[in-house]
Amino acid sequence: MASILAVDDSASMRQMVSFTLKGAGYEVVEAADGVEALNIAKSRSVNLVITDVNMPNMDGITLIKELRGLPNYKFTPLLMLTTESSPEKKQQGKAAGATGWIVKPFNPEQLISTIKRVLG
Amino acid sequence: MSIDMAQFHQVFFEESFEGLDIMESGLLNMDPGTVDPEDINTVFRAAHSIKGGSGTFGFEDIASFTHVMETLLDEMRDGRRSVNTETVDVLLQSVDTLRELLSAARDGGEADEARVNAQKAALERVLNDAPESPADDTEDINGTAAQPVPREEPRTIGWHIVFRPHPHMMQTGNDPLRIIRELASLGESTIEADTHGLPSFQVYEPEQSYLSWDIRLRGEIPRTAVDEIFEWVEDDCDLAVMPILDELPDAHVQQESVNPSEQIRSQPVAESAKNDDSTAKGESPVGSGTNKATGKRKSAAGGSTGSIRVDIGKIDALINMVGELVITQSMLGMLGEDFDMSRVDRLQDGLAQLERHTRELQESVMQIRMLPISFTFSRFPRLVHDLSTKLGKKVELKLTGEHTEVDKTVIEKIGDPLVHLVRNSLDHGLETPEERIAAGKQETGSVELNAFHRGGNIIIEVRDDGRGLDKDRLLKKGIEKGLVAENNGLSDKQIYDLIFAPGFSTAEKVSDVSGRGVGMDVVRKNIMELGGSIEIDSEPGKGSAIIIRLPLTLAILDGQTVAVGDETYIVPLTSIIESIQIRPDMVNLVAGRGETFKLRDEYLPIVRLHDVLKVENARAKELTEGLLVVVEGEGRRCGLFVDDLRGQQQVVIKSLEANYGKVMGISGATILGDGSVALILDIPGLMRQAFDGDPLTSPDWRLSA
Repeated sequence: MASILAVDDSASMRQMVSFTLKGAGYEVVEAADGVEALNIAKSRSVNLVITDVNMPNMDGITLIKELRGLPNYKFTPLLMLTTESSPEKKQQGKAAGATGWIVKPFNPEQLISTIKRVLG
Repeated sequence: MSIDMAQFHQVFFEESFEGLDIMESGLLNMDPGTVDPEDINTVFRAAHSIKGGSGTFGFEDIASFTHVMETLLDEMRDGRRSVNTETVDVLLQSVDTLRELLSAARDGGEADEARVNAQKAALERVLNDAPESPADDTEDINGTAAQPVPREEPRTIGWHIVFRPHPHMMQTGNDPLRIIRELASLGESTIEADTHGLPSFQVYEPEQSYLSWDIRLRGEIPRTAVDEIFEWVEDDCDLAVMPILDELPDAHVQQESVNPSEQIRSQPVAESAKNDDSTAKGESPVGSGTNKATGKRKSAAGGSTGSIRVDIGKIDALINMVGELVITQSMLGMLGEDFDMSRVDRLQDGLAQLERHTRELQESVMQIRMLPISFTFSRFPRLVHDLSTKLGKKVELKLTGEHTEVDKTVIEKIGDPLVHLVRNSLDHGLETPEERIAAGKQETGSVELNAFHRGGNIIIEVRDDGRGLDKDRLLKKGIEKGLVAENNGLSDKQIYDLIFAPGFSTAEKVSDVSGRGVGMDVVRKNIMELGGSIEIDSEPGKGSAIIIRLPLTLAILDGQTVAVGDETYIVPLTSIIESIQIRPDMVNLVAGRGETFKLRDEYLPIVRLHDVLKVENARAKELTEGLLVVVEGEGRRCGLFVDDLRGQQQVVIKSLEANYGKVMGISGATILGDGSVALILDIPGLMRQAFDGDPLTSPDWRLSA
């Protein structure tokens, strides 16, 4: 079973993402910010990370940069959840090493189909 | 896959309302000139989360409103816009509007659309003021903006794609294999790999991509579906997507003339992501998903029950207690299996233990209803900020004892009275900066809100260092309104208490802040409904203090049971001063005032409970046969005449109003150990009833000096 690390400071979004992914048969680990996520990612391996961008303590872009620098996460799909569909934000994310993004608002079906694209 | 989004609504609302509070306090912290960037960041993040959540959970109106706020905050965050009072005020008002929108969504109602639009327009005005207004603020978060989507050629029967990943592509977590597999799932496909790019084995790097592909997809496939697949990698590859036209039997001619890198890139990824991707799959999960969410919204809101956040420690204590209770119960159960009188000691021990655990459990459960008063206090920084600006006064608000815990009902009901009192302090109590300087005070006035426990009560104080109450004016007004007689010899405290009389307003000018003359009597009424009392302390030129005293909990009461005939009544212990046996020489019959008795230096009226409550078979008819319970309420005292005193006990208050109807002089009912019902006396109400009329004009008022 593939495992996914879901990072968001908003509990409702985290719950929704987690519920949806678990329903699709994935194992889900949750984190409320970048720092927490990075610690989890270092202590165990996950097959995919899906992270919000704006978070306290450590934002999503920094998290992606940090993760991509870790040998275990060199090829791991790292997705950002963003409401900011402005090209700069995505460029920033890509430059940090993000695999792709999901633009909020999204619904569970979109989430699953997107995840399947990189975690087939 | 269908997921009911309504299940996440409650959490979303809870965190959104918390987010609003965070935004509010962050905005209030922003002093123009010295703004902490972290404050802006925090406010931005809160707005951002609300926007993201509301869009996801189907509240488009909230999302689009928050989007405008977020755009403004984003400019502030990036330093493109300086923080000034006007911007902060517009944002604060927007927080209010957002709160209204969220409440409406939660309760299934409608927000005032005109107001929302007006506030949105105000935000947009501020946004447009900036010369460097960013170009991307037209982004529509619903994805419904008219984006220039390339029209599909009507005769297109497929796509010819040339895909050449850049060497580093796999290091972004994207895998060409998956992309191709996904493309193939769109329709009938022919895929050719081009291996020309492969280097010799010696220099081959396993982590790089060297291959490129030539893909022909056939079928009625929208261009957006293809674009979407390449959305994330458009900068990590050379890509050409060309239509295969129906009437061109040979597309090679066209294809071969094209150099992929010169091809027009697929349109910006954001757009294709937003353009409904579900159509690509030939089904409509998006549509049905959204409808479901909206459809469920109402029912979720309708069934919403008030929830409270409980400290985990309290729950643990509760679970612990229940565990103890179960142990005691099984111990008693074993004892009962073959019981004989030799074990009666152990039975008694067990019962004592059961009693102790039950009481502890009760206390723990009560603790759950207790919330810190900061829930109520937190709205005041904003209120004071807005009011002081409006009134042109400088005010410093001090809050202390925010962690004092009070019953949830108190939290809900004390808010409005406190708002009224704080408004009064700002409007009437505090002077203008000029007046303060003239009076030799600091320019900035202070308003304090304090909360603390004292002897089984919660005390909440509202203190200001303003001009204090004007005794002469109060008295003059009281006489004018016919509330008190001239030459009445009222004490200072009694004069101050005049402001609680219905229809009494001292403001010379009725301002829109306070002073509508409906205030203080309502405040007192609300507090009395909570079983509390209110008093005023004031010193001319130094300030005033309003002191509110509330019972610790509203669900349980320490009571004295008294007997009148066959009836048992409960007198709240907090209102009892003492109980005495009366001698005939203590009693005076005063014309027009009924019976009074002299207690030390005071004459107090006697209230015969059996008369007031119409109990037929009272045993004590003569005053010497029964007992007088001296009680106090709303600053008045009297002696309640009863047959006898029974025990003191804690009683669980059951609402009479909810189960029967409101009864004058009775605040509720309880069930006693023997299963009978006892009424709980409402001492202030009882006195009002007994002395029949307005407490200020009733004769006993002046007696109790």
